[in-house]
Amino acid sequence: MHSDAEEVQKSVRKYMMIGAALLVFTGITVAASYLNLAVPAAITVALVIAGMKGSMVASVFMHLSHEKQWIYGALILTVVFFIVLIFVPLFTIKDGISTGLPWVQ
Amino acid sequence: MEIPYTVQARPDSGLANGKLGIWLFLASEVMLFGALFSTYILLRVGATEWPHHELNVPLGAINTVILISSSVTMVMAWASLKMNQWGKHRLYLSLTVVLSLLFLLNKYFEYGAHFAAGEGPSHTTFLAIYFTMTGLHMLHIVGGVVVMLYFLGPGARMWKTSPEQFTNRIEYTGLYWHFVDLVWIFLFPVLYLL
Repeated sequence: MHSDAEEVQKSVRKYMMIGAALLVFTGITVAASYLNLAVPAAITVALVIAGMKGSMVASVFMHLSHEKQWIYGALILTVVFFIVLIFVPLFTIKDGISTGLPWVQ
Repeated sequence: MEIPYTVQARPDSGLANGKLGIWLFLASEVMLFGALFSTYILLRVGATEWPHHELNVPLGAINTVILISSSVTMVMAWASLKMNQWGKHRLYLSLTVVLSLLFLLNKYFEYGAHFAAGEGPSHTTFLAIYFTMTGLHMLHIVGGVVVMLYFLGPGARMWKTSPEQFTNRIEYTGLYWHFVDLVWIFLFPVLYLL
C-alpha cells in the first residue's frame, strides 16, 4: 500500500492509463463478439480479455500487486474454493443427465 | 473506548482492522457471485439452445464504460485524500456517484424494455439467470452509492477529526467498488456477448 503522497502522485498517471486500457479492451471484447467465432473460441477470447481486465483492476486499482501476506493467503483460499465451485457443474455432465433438463427451455 | 488498529497496522497481520475486514467480506462476495456463475454454467451446458446477442449490447457496453470510468474516479477520490486535496476528493467521489446513478438509469431502461415486452425472469432460463445476476449486481451498486453518499454527507466530518481513518474508509469503499466493477467485467461478456 502506498504510504506517502509522493508515491500516490506517481501512481495517478498509472491509474489513468489502466482506465484507458480497460476501455480499449472493452471495445475489443465487443468487436470480437461480432466475428461469429465458434462458441468455444468466442468463450475463450471473451474470458481471456475479461481475465486481463480483471487482473488490471485487482492489481492496480485494488493494489493487490503489493499487498500484505494475510490478504494473499485469504485470497488464495478463496480462489481454490471458487475454482471448485465453478467446476461443480462438470459432475452433472459426466453423469450424462445434463442435457434435456426439464426446467431448461 | 477507543477501537485499536483503525489507522495503525496490527503487529501480527501488518494490516488495519478495516483492511482485513473488507478483504474477508470481498472473499465471501467472490463465493456468492461464484455460485451464480456456476449456476449459469450448469444451465447453459444443460440447455438445448442459448440466445446470442439477445440483450442490448450497446447499452451493456455503455454501462461497462460507465463502471470502468467510475472505478477510475473512485481510485482518484482516494488518491486525492492521500495528496491532501480535499476539494478534488469531493469532486471525484461525486463523479463516482453520478456515474453509478447513470449505470442504474441505463439498467432501469433495459429492465423496463424487457418487462414491457413481457420478458420477465420467468420467460426463459436465460432471462431468469440474467435478472438474478444483474439484479444482485445492481443491489451492490445501490449499496455502494449509499456508502458514498454517506461519505459525501455526514461521514465527511471525520476528515477534520481523524483524516487518516477517513482516508482508510474511502480506501475500503474503493476496494468494494472496484470489486463491483470487476464482477461486471465478467458479467458483461457472459450475459451480453456469448
